[in-house]
Amino acid sequence: MSKRTRARYDQNYAAIEGDILKMGSLVQDAIRNSIESLKQRDTNMAQEVIDRDLRINELRFKIEEACMTLIATQQPAAGDLRAVVAAMNIVVDMERMADHASGIAKTVIRMGDEPLLKPLIDLPKMADIARDMLSDSLDAFINRDAAAAKAIAPRDVEMDVLYKAIFDELVEIMAHKPGSVERATYLLWCAHNLERIGDRAINIVERVIFMTTGDMRELTF
Amino acid sequence: MSSKDPKAKIEVNNLDFFYGSVKALSEITLKIEEKEITALIGPSGCGKSTFLRCLNRMNDTIPGIRIEGDVLLDGVDIYRADLDPVDIRQRVGMVFQKPNPFPQSVYDNVAFGPRVLGLTRNRVDEAEIVERSLRQAALWDLIKDRLGVDALELSLGEQQRLCIARVLAVSPEVILMDEPTSALDPIATMEIENLMAELKEYYTIVVVTHNMQQAARVSEKTGLFWLGELVELDDTEKIFTRPKEERTEAYVTGRVG
Repeated sequence: MSKRTRARYDQNYAAIEGDILKMGSLVQDAIRNSIESLKQRDTNMAQEVIDRDLRINELRFKIEEACMTLIATQQPAAGDLRAVVAAMNIVVDMERMADHASGIAKTVIRMGDEPLLKPLIDLPKMADIARDMLSDSLDAFINRDAAAAKAIAPRDVEMDVLYKAIFDELVEIMAHKPGSVERATYLLWCAHNLERIGDRAINIVERVIFMTTGDMRELTF
Repeated sequence: MSSKDPKAKIEVNNLDFFYGSVKALSEITLKIEEKEITALIGPSGCGKSTFLRCLNRMNDTIPGIRIEGDVLLDGVDIYRADLDPVDIRQRVGMVFQKPNPFPQSVYDNVAFGPRVLGLTRNRVDEAEIVERSLRQAALWDLIKDRLGVDALELSLGEQQRLCIARVLAVSPEVILMDEPTSALDPIATMEIENLMAELKEYYTIVVVTHNMQQAARVSEKTGLFWLGELVELDDTEKIFTRPKEERTEAYVTGRVG
């Protein structure tokens, strides 16, 4: 029944999938390099993250345009339509993820040479989880695997727990050392950006579930 | 489920249809809701036109056919022995693939049905029916000054609308359309689709179409026929975005080899 009889459609859609994976890889690099620039206090590396954001934005528009062309010329329906709509949404979320990585990089530049307020422990953990969530959600998208997508959701809870721990710790420090407020705020912004990246990954998870099952709902956990 | 309270205008139960020993339709059960457009899609030879013609006994004229099951119009079986097929076809009119006006004037084409069925008492009545029907078919303003011209002088799109006016002239309750735009260009097609949207306020419409985008554009419900069976009938929006059946998914995504 599901014999592939729409060669041109399949070819065009495969190109979109390829570009989404490419964009995902660039966004993962942006997340990794932004946190690395924080760890190493490397403002050049941070500037590179900001500069490369342009390429990610361009790729987003390229993919959106390819999706629109596919809809206009091939009139996808049912599962095909849901996949194209999912792709259009996923690129928006990835583009915003990259903006959050840029946000971290901008904070690194703003911090300049000021010493870190505290050793970085949970922030790199959050960055690792964020990258895994993105990578796994894109795998689920490509494999059209709703179960794999759902399995990503608990990782966002880990993110939220880490974010709250960082938040509480920094608020505590600020309360006792008023002179540390600025430096604490820098780290708070970094943590906030990572937490938002996790939320964006959950948006992708929701899109994959919709694409594969037709069920459109917000994940609650 | 449709948002408005549905009322079944036509109810079909376990319909089997045979051409001689060949079973063309198998156990069709469905409801056609009142004042909605129901589109029937499916590959050539799947039985959708045969089914459509079962809804107004148009198949009766074919020798060797046999029908089992019920076709209820407002709850009454249209195949009941005491019912006259002509009466059924007046209540359930039909528009065909190619416009088929009679080789007469525009006026006489529309007046033909009411005259034959004795629906008019005098020429004034008749003129009123002709005008009302042509207005409903969105033709009046175009041809009110040309009512005497031969219908075959009209464009194909106008001819098809004339055929729709001819159906409307006998005050039907249901209009069956068998690929009504397949012979028309895109502009004439859009005019017929717009007309269908207006007519559904007063009539129940069932349309067979090969054009899936047309089904998606015009109908509230869509049913997929496949090898003489009804695979799925549901809200059009569901059929084209998240159908339940694998065969529907394959058909609407064009993955049928």
